[in-house]
Amino acid sequence: MKREPILKIENLELSFSQYIQGLKKRELTVITNLDLELAEGEILAVVGSSGSGKSLLAHAILGILPYNARTRGKILYKGKVLSQREKERLRGQEIVLVPQSVNYLDPLLQVEQQIGISLQNKTKEQKEKMNNEILHRYGLDLAVKQYYPFQLSGGMARKVLLATALTSSAKVIIADEPTPGLDDESLGEVLKDFRNLSDSGKAILMITHDIQAALKIADKIAIFYAGATLELAAGIDFAHGGQGLRHPYTKALCRALPGEDFEAIEGRQPLPSELPQGCLFSDRCQLCTEECTRQRPDYRMIRGGKARCIHAT
Amino acid sequence: MRKKYTLFALGIRKKTIFSTGLFLLLFVWVMAAGIFIAEDALMVDLEQTFSKPGMDHLFGSDWVGRDMLLRTLKGLSISMRIGLLSSLISAAVAVLFGIIGPVFGGAADRCISWLIDFVLSVPHTIIIILISLACGGGLKGIVVGIACTHWTSLTRVIRAEVLQILHVEYTQLSRRFGKSKWYIAKEHMFPHIVPQLVVGVVLVFPHAILHEASITFLGFGLPAHEPAIGVILSESMKYLTSGKWWLAFFPGLCLVLLSLMVDKIGNNLEKLWNPNTAHD
Amino acid sequence: MKKHTLGKFVLYRLMKLVTLLVALCIVTFVLLELSPIDPVTAYVGADTKVSAQQRELIAKHWGLNKRPAERFWAWFSSVVQGDWGTSMIYRRPVLEVIGEKFVSSIVLMMTAWVLSGIFGFFLGILSGVMEGSWLDRAARVYCHILISTPTFWLGIVFVMLFSVKLGWFPVALSVPIGVIQSEVTLWDKVQHILLPALTLSILSVANICMHTREKVCEVMHSEYVLFAKARGESRGSIIRHHVIRNVSLPAITLQFLSFSELFGGAVFVEQVFSYPGLGQATVQAGLKGDAPLLMGIVMISLLFVYTGNFIADLLYVWIDPRMKEG
Repeated sequence: MKREPILKIENLELSFSQYIQGLKKRELTVITNLDLELAEGEILAVVGSSGSGKSLLAHAILGILPYNARTRGKILYKGKVLSQREKERLRGQEIVLVPQSVNYLDPLLQVEQQIGISLQNKTKEQKEKMNNEILHRYGLDLAVKQYYPFQLSGGMARKVLLATALTSSAKVIIADEPTPGLDDESLGEVLKDFRNLSDSGKAILMITHDIQAALKIADKIAIFYAGATLELAAGIDFAHGGQGLRHPYTKALCRALPGEDFEAIEGRQPLPSELPQGCLFSDRCQLCTEECTRQRPDYRMIRGGKARCIHAT
Repeated sequence: MRKKYTLFALGIRKKTIFSTGLFLLLFVWVMAAGIFIAEDALMVDLEQTFSKPGMDHLFGSDWVGRDMLLRTLKGLSISMRIGLLSSLISAAVAVLFGIIGPVFGGAADRCISWLIDFVLSVPHTIIIILISLACGGGLKGIVVGIACTHWTSLTRVIRAEVLQILHVEYTQLSRRFGKSKWYIAKEHMFPHIVPQLVVGVVLVFPHAILHEASITFLGFGLPAHEPAIGVILSESMKYLTSGKWWLAFFPGLCLVLLSLMVDKIGNNLEKLWNPNTAHD
Repeated sequence: MKKHTLGKFVLYRLMKLVTLLVALCIVTFVLLELSPIDPVTAYVGADTKVSAQQRELIAKHWGLNKRPAERFWAWFSSVVQGDWGTSMIYRRPVLEVIGEKFVSSIVLMMTAWVLSGIFGFFLGILSGVMEGSWLDRAARVYCHILISTPTFWLGIVFVMLFSVKLGWFPVALSVPIGVIQSEVTLWDKVQHILLPALTLSILSVANICMHTREKVCEVMHSEYVLFAKARGESRGSIIRHHVIRNVSLPAITLQFLSFSELFGGAVFVEQVFSYPGLGQATVQAGLKGDAPLLMGIVMISLLFVYTGNFIADLLYVWIDPRMKEG
């Protein structure tokens, strides 16, 4: 039986109003069609190339978008639409963020205090103990507690960022690019941690450009392209050259992986200002027909997954 | 928040150009008015001494019955001419130092940095007083004094700009072609620096007139018989306790408004030339 | 902070101070040499009974007949030894006069400094946190107007309004006239210093307020405040824990960097309020050609400003963890 998703996003669209040269106003759509479902005890990876606006998804869920951003579509938590007020109540409590870079840490707070913010309701001793525990778990020296963000190496910073979220009792963890900067050993450690957390019933949304890391632990993978989720696949679908995949883009992506044919796809993702009118992948797709360029295809159920392509089978 | 942006979209550019033009016009008018007010308009009228601000005398009149409005206009006009002169001189110094430093580099650059530190480490008022004393007071003293103290910030701006241009490819290219340093300065740098310079001069101007008035007020600037704004305010001190508030209030207020206005012109010009900073 | 880097830093700054002071001595001497002030006339003052012969004697006594370079050297070496000469208008050693005036000025300047620091800082924080609100706009307009207002005029307006019209404050002098020094109460002193200090501080507010505001806006738009929000920190908590923490040091530093404007402002405020401090002494020395006193004041002003700059730099090196390492 299918579990009721704890977090569900329906047809999210996100745009910014911007001023360009000549002081003219324009609307820039960064997320066009985003759908996803996340259940308890599940790890869902949203995979897309760097700088494609994936982080904004996390910001939209947490209600921390800049003031000139506008969203359409629905974000549901436990079946209810999340209002801004609800988001403010839940964030840090039930939904936590693992931010993507050390810039998200207050430059004048020591590691101990950074982690401590998540432990607000604990006594001093408890805080101390949890702090030590988590540092120990990641093989960080206890001296790191006194470090300021600028003193942290890439790997250390990543672990501290994770530590800020992993000590909380949240139900949903949104990890924004949690893997860069980690060496192989730590990467394994971190991924194992995610697995353990999800096995203990937490829902994890991992936003990443690292498809291989995602494949290692994610139950499901949503492919994010030009602001839309083009396909929802299970990790297993990527096996054997991506035979189980549905969307031509995902298939191409899979072939481009090391260990496969390592065959790059021609062209690049369209910028938010130059999105095609029809299917977002139409300008690079070999299967593209006239119908594809006319309108955006729906997100269809196909073999237990989903794809936004009329040719997908 | 969003409202701010819609207002912004309603042709801020046109609004900016319009207000800049208006201010410039007013500026020229005040300056011209001061010059064309004849001496006999400032006649002594012993029947109208210390009259309060009213229909006859908008700004009131002084102890010999001279109209304060006319005196203020005349005073502002003098201050403006001094301000203009000294801002232009300090701009010239700034251009010279701002270009010499990075272009010649090394010792020259260090010398100029030290000189900036030197000027900044003594209160401006003190330096201007000293220079004014050295020049024996008067117009020359005040202009030299203000020029000597107001070149530093603009020099830094220009220096940074020049440094940036020096690193741009085409200058490096033309250096390889064996062009002289002066050629680089003239051909590549001046065109980039001019907008910065104009804004710089305009923004130094309010400081210059405020300093002029202040130093004259202390008695180191223009002599007491000049109708300068500093002199007017210095005189008003004598009648401070007797409730002749208009003697000091209006001339000072006009000075404040004038410097606010010029500051606005400077900021507007900067916005028009460099719209990236126009969001504020 | 490794000890030797701090030591090196202090040493470097001290050496720079020496170069600045020596240069200032030379420049001041040259400027006064150029000026048409005749030191003998300045000394003799309005006393017309002094004969030409006596004048010559005075000139000789001071070595005025020697070449400028010699005179400079004589003066400079005695300054280095701690003898700054005799003030002509006060007829007392320059250092003594400066010491006395400085104490009274420093009270005025520090009162203004603290007032403006606190007020400017909080106004800046409020304005930055509420960016775009009517309060923010009002604060910005206020600061803009202040920057364009000459200190002495504001002083005049305040005297006219608060002392003459409303009678809340005495009109002039740091102590009441005709009262023996020992009978001056603390309240008298406070009453006499409040209005000048207020005048001086109001204008310094603009600088600190605008800079704090800018810094607050920067912090409020930073990724770490975004993350703090994402962690469910309330607005108040963000302001207390992140904004104030990150904005304080730049603000304090800036306040120390403002010693130059403070001193300059004090000159005008003391003149308008007839406050017997260093600023008024500067004006008197300048107007009456008291060269030794003027040179002394110039050097003290440099020391004062330099101390402020030095403390500002030291604070950064000392407090900011990012600077401790580098």
